[in-house]
Amino acid sequence: MSAPEKDIISPAGYRPAPDLFKILCQTASLLTVLMLGWIIYEIIESAWPAIQKFGFDFMTTSAWVPNRERFGVLPFIIGTLASSFLAILFAFPLGVAIAIFLSENFLSPSIRQTMRFVVEMLAAIPSVVYGLWGIFVIIPIVKAFGDWAVGTFGDFPLFSGPAYGNSLLTASVVLAIMILPTITAISRNSLASVPKTLREGAYALGATRWEAIFSVILPTAAPGIVAATILGLGRAMGETMAVAMLIGNSSRLSWSVLSPSGTLAGLLANQFGEAQGLQVNSLMYAALILIGITLVVNLLGEAVLRYTQKQTAGIR
Amino acid sequence: MDPIASHSLDFFDGDRSVNSKTVARSLTNRILSGVCITLSLLTMVPLISIIFLLLKQGLPLLGAGIFTELPPAAGMTGGGFGNAILGTLAMVGIGLAVSAPAGILSAIFINEYAPTSRLAQTVRLVAKLLTGIPSIICGVFAFAVVVMMTGTFSAYAGGLALAVLMLPTILLTSEQALMGVQSAYREAAYGLGATRFQTIARVVLPDAFPAIMTGVMLAVARAAGETAPLIFTALFSQFWAKSLNEPTASLSVLIYNFSTVPFPHQIAMAWTASLVLVAFVTLANISAQTIFSRKN
Repeated sequence: MSAPEKDIISPAGYRPAPDLFKILCQTASLLTVLMLGWIIYEIIESAWPAIQKFGFDFMTTSAWVPNRERFGVLPFIIGTLASSFLAILFAFPLGVAIAIFLSENFLSPSIRQTMRFVVEMLAAIPSVVYGLWGIFVIIPIVKAFGDWAVGTFGDFPLFSGPAYGNSLLTASVVLAIMILPTITAISRNSLASVPKTLREGAYALGATRWEAIFSVILPTAAPGIVAATILGLGRAMGETMAVAMLIGNSSRLSWSVLSPSGTLAGLLANQFGEAQGLQVNSLMYAALILIGITLVVNLLGEAVLRYTQKQTAGIR
Repeated sequence: MDPIASHSLDFFDGDRSVNSKTVARSLTNRILSGVCITLSLLTMVPLISIIFLLLKQGLPLLGAGIFTELPPAAGMTGGGFGNAILGTLAMVGIGLAVSAPAGILSAIFINEYAPTSRLAQTVRLVAKLLTGIPSIICGVFAFAVVVMMTGTFSAYAGGLALAVLMLPTILLTSEQALMGVQSAYREAAYGLGATRFQTIARVVLPDAFPAIMTGVMLAVARAAGETAPLIFTALFSQFWAKSLNEPTASLSVLIYNFSTVPFPHQIAMAWTASLVLVAFVTLANISAQTIFSRKN
């Protein structure tokens, strides 16, 4: 082992200079890793007074009264979960339908190309523009729907009145449009990675197109679609501006999807600018909870995605 | 008629139950296709609606003055958002100056130097997790690090928040770009006696450059449209920025502020700003894609 390592050009022994560029790159990598730790450390450190003062109660109480120094984020946690699950409810069928549309040959390739472009454009539009659009387009629609729904199903708690324009439903509808590209892109990838032979096998057994899709293609791609949905959920939970502009930012708990609500991200966006003292610490605590929720959701999504890739690698 | 032929005729036409089943299956098939196509085409509605409204509401105010004047005070008319455009460019520039070197160098390390090392795997995981972190958290972080330290909202704080936002995009796309360089190129360079650094600098990076630029442009497009990281780090300003260490206006925060006021002129200006912002973001995205497609 040592013989080839010895330098054969000069007997004095040749030592290569340390690769400075490698050290530079290594430092950059280390900094990237430390970045995540630094973010979490900074936020924990700034949240510490609030963590000490409120402890676990912070997550289970629903008072947000800055001038009395009473803080609890339960309504915002519930609002975050409710708005994003509702958004998934709308976006999942649409996203999967588009993913199937893009991976099948219903219409000509040029139309599919256009659809892909449309979905990419939806991803590129800034959140704040969705918010502005939501204020002028979705709020009137949801208000009209809400008035009708309160009149028709008013006894049902989810549709109890009065109906507001700035409501959980409004935010969820816009969120659904915003996370559609995430769900579509990942689902499409996993549909496209279903081996051709499986589809051909199904056709050879006499299956129609949709029998093949439902019995062979969707089950094979299912883990990928689940991952897409989870990652979409993660995006919905962290989405800030459009939600802050549309949801009404209320800390009142309500069963109705037609009444104002609030999310953690929206709370941060609304209050950080003029927060003082303990309110800043409490907002940092809220940010910490938001990081916790989104990290768990995203790790879960990544894990499912990785599992999917392993599974499909086996089929190929 | 011979028995076999009559049997097969019977098979195809005589058995009503098989025939109606086939018709039902094919009908289900058509209906599902129709539903799928309808749902897909339905997604065009929001996009068309957004673009239509952007043009309808945004175009009337669009003129040269909008790029050179200051935002109007509450209830006033006229003015523009020159300072906001400048602020957005400055903060995206700061973000890029921090995140591009860090992201590209990290990508070089995890793809060229030690692809299987524990550090490289950690970097990949961290980058994935950073993409999943809500953009407002980047703002919270910059608030804690810069605003609380210096005691003032500033373009530096906004730039740092955008840098955190851009870093994972640049890192992951650069890694993909470097992966796309054929290993034969590297081997040829080593065969000619090049060092690691020479190989990377003279062979690998030039080949991967267009794809890396695609990632950078995508990150710029995303950062330019972000509001959440800026809203309480750079805040907003009605005036031209004199330095980077003071509250700075940005297009996205201007849209947010103006969209919630009761003055029609301000709301019209929010639409115009949205139009300019969407145009810029789309331009950045398209240029990102054309850079990449030229390579292939």
